[in-house]
Amino acid sequence: MSEELLRIDDLHVAFSTRRGMVEAVRGVTLTVGKGEMLGLVGESGSGKSVTGFATTRLLDAAGRVTGGKILFRGQDVTKLRGDDLRQLQGAAMSMIFQNPRAALNPIRAIGLQIADAILTHKRISKDAARAEALDLLRAVQIRDPEARMNAYPHELSGGMCQRVMIAIAISCNPALLIADEPTTGLDVTTQKVVMDLLADIAAARGMATILITHDLGLAARYCRRIAVMERGRIVEEASPRTLFSAPQHAYTKRLVAASPTATSRIEDLVTEEERERYSAVVGKPRREPEHGTPPLLQVRQLAKRFDQGSAAVADFSMTMAGGESVGLVGESGSGKSTTSRMICRLIDPSEGDIVFDGQSIGHVAARDFHRSPLRKDIQMVFQDPNESLNPRYTAFDCIAHPLMRLDGMRAGDALRQRVEECAERVGLPLDLLPRFPHQLSGGQKARVGIARAIACRPRLLVLDEPTAALDVSVQAVVLQLLDRLRRENDIALLFVSHDLNVVRMLCDRTIVLRNGGIVEQGESRALFDNPKTDYTRKLVEAIPHIETGEVLAAAL
Amino acid sequence: MLSYILRRIVATLPVMAIVALFVFSLLYIAPGDPAVVIAGDQASPEDVERIRQSLGLDRPFLIQFGSWVWRILHGDLGTSIFTNLPVSAMIGQRLGPTLSLMIVTLLLTIVVAVPLGVVAAWKAGSLIDRVIMGFAVFGFSLPVFVVGYMLAYIFALELEWLPVQGYTPLTQGFWPWLENLILPAVALGCVYIALVARITRAAMLEVLQQDYIRTAKAKGLGQGGILFIHALKNASVPIVTVIGIGIALLIGGAVVTESVFAIPGLGRLTIDAILRRDYPVIQGIVLLFSFVYVLVNLMIDVTYTLVDPRIRY
Repeated sequence: MSEELLRIDDLHVAFSTRRGMVEAVRGVTLTVGKGEMLGLVGESGSGKSVTGFATTRLLDAAGRVTGGKILFRGQDVTKLRGDDLRQLQGAAMSMIFQNPRAALNPIRAIGLQIADAILTHKRISKDAARAEALDLLRAVQIRDPEARMNAYPHELSGGMCQRVMIAIAISCNPALLIADEPTTGLDVTTQKVVMDLLADIAAARGMATILITHDLGLAARYCRRIAVMERGRIVEEASPRTLFSAPQHAYTKRLVAASPTATSRIEDLVTEEERERYSAVVGKPRREPEHGTPPLLQVRQLAKRFDQGSAAVADFSMTMAGGESVGLVGESGSGKSTTSRMICRLIDPSEGDIVFDGQSIGHVAARDFHRSPLRKDIQMVFQDPNESLNPRYTAFDCIAHPLMRLDGMRAGDALRQRVEECAERVGLPLDLLPRFPHQLSGGQKARVGIARAIACRPRLLVLDEPTAALDVSVQAVVLQLLDRLRRENDIALLFVSHDLNVVRMLCDRTIVLRNGGIVEQGESRALFDNPKTDYTRKLVEAIPHIETGEVLAAAL
Repeated sequence: MLSYILRRIVATLPVMAIVALFVFSLLYIAPGDPAVVIAGDQASPEDVERIRQSLGLDRPFLIQFGSWVWRILHGDLGTSIFTNLPVSAMIGQRLGPTLSLMIVTLLLTIVVAVPLGVVAAWKAGSLIDRVIMGFAVFGFSLPVFVVGYMLAYIFALELEWLPVQGYTPLTQGFWPWLENLILPAVALGCVYIALVARITRAAMLEVLQQDYIRTAKAKGLGQGGILFIHALKNASVPIVTVIGIGIALLIGGAVVTESVFAIPGLGRLTIDAILRRDYPVIQGIVLLFSFVYVLVNLMIDVTYTLVDPRIRY
């Protein structure tokens, strides 16, 4: 290994909460060499971000380093104060964050925000700082940098904002960059471009990088060494190849198994004990629809135009049979969410028609659709289980509410029985029903969201990125659950996602959208193995796969 | 930007028209025949009839309203029933003291309340924060006249640092002018400072939790830079809003304050006019205050667009 730059030695970090001190990091030890890119991988709550924040001294007021050392160039970072600390932050060591749009000041022009960082550490004139900021915008490959200097964050895309963040982070040529989930929430194609840029810059400037991510595939693609964290400890540290071919620790094994790859099937992601129950369902042959059965859903020439500008969706047509699963993929802005919301009848289409089970529902106004008897047949699972559950409703209330509204059930034993039945079907322990969303984990909240959606026994479930906010191990369980529901109850799934690995596993057919129009569609496996259009090929290639051999060989 | 301001000015016209209609109706909403009210208790029926005709009260309501508006647009607010002086001249005389009091109070509030709120948010939960917020509750709970008399007693009667009451125009020197305004401005500003300090603290706390503040720290920016460059401007929309709303509070408070400190301003004029049922004067003052308030709101809306580039109309 090259010369050592950072050594974290038995680090402990604790947060004071209402329930007393909670240890988030318990004894992390790791080293980063000069110019090295280290992957720090773990699921939410593993303490990976906290380790990053402790290193850059950006912990919340509630968080405190309770033990251990962080030696940066031989100097203990945890003991720095005042000016010494400020000379470190942003100069020798810098950080980029998840959700780049929120990380930039919304009311300050981006050129100024870059110049702020330069002026903090260098004694140069404002004009010189501006000139440097412009050079940095060029370095992060922002088109038309002169004009962008005066732009505000809301005028830029998420990927652009992250480039600006990178520009700020590298403005003073730091020796160490900590990237905390830098591409989570960005499109796959943008993700690849941003990560490639980051890797190139790090290599060109000899900058060491710690890539904090929950995505093993991403870490495998860019790092030579990966440290896996679980519950505040590093459980395994190895090269990507060793990690995937021969994981040592039980947690790593589970994580590797749960990470979808180009060839994995849903049953591969499932943990041992659940596999049996699942296999029993998968083993059964699917009931073929009787000949001549009309399709469950028919969408004809659907279009949506918002107030001004071009159409968000134009000329979209599709059909779905009962119990079929169809994936709707595309980059952000491709119109996939708009389409799914029109089909759910949450927004009104500008043109075209939607026929569900032989009845035309396209021109029932979205705000009146809740009175339609078909409302309970079409239900939706939303992206973020944290945001889409009412914080003042218990899990029981969440699941019971649609039953009372749409099935006309009254509070009582019958309702309780139905709710418990739903909870059981999604694998939600019954003793969690009286809890409020903030008392549930991400996976449990996702189950509540699905239980709520299937409570009225719908025939079509529209899922808008239902696993995007979840850890891979939770994602695996949720995917398996959805697939089982589809097979057992013949629920059709319309699955909106930018995660092509997931779509490939879950969906029989896939529709690729771009700029509001269909680019390509067909049977999922064939479409991904042999994309017919450049756009689909680009999407497929951008997925961080876990086949590391070739990538590593190319890098070496 | 200019077109936005113009559009907003045009949009205030209907508001002003409704205000004018309401102000004009005052005379009719008040119980009794306006002519009898104006003529007073001792008037003979002939006197009442004469007044009715001279004021045009015998004509239809809308025509009366139209001619009233027409005169106002030409700067004629009518004549006081009591003094027989033009209302515009009477208001003009009293405008200086009230305007002075309000401006001094406004500046005092901004200079005191905003930094207090910023410090309280920065040191949230600490002793300093609790002391500042404690003062805010105190300032909020005390009526203007209590604070006024207390201040006058301590600083004017006991310590004899400042004059007890009265007003000196600015034309007679800056210090004599300010000297007379300090105590009234502090008394009037108490509630206002408490309000603005609280809102500043709340808005700052909200902003200080944002991701971009963490980014600013990661850049190595100092505490001052973070608080005043990256946080205060972002927190300023609610602060500006409350300062604007507070101007309405000031208008009401000025009436009381001017009585306590014997300042010959619009507040005193208002009270006198109400006691004398001097309708033209009341109408003129209410119209002026409404106009000021509409103007202040316009200024607040324009300030929003200067502060936050995301706000565009």
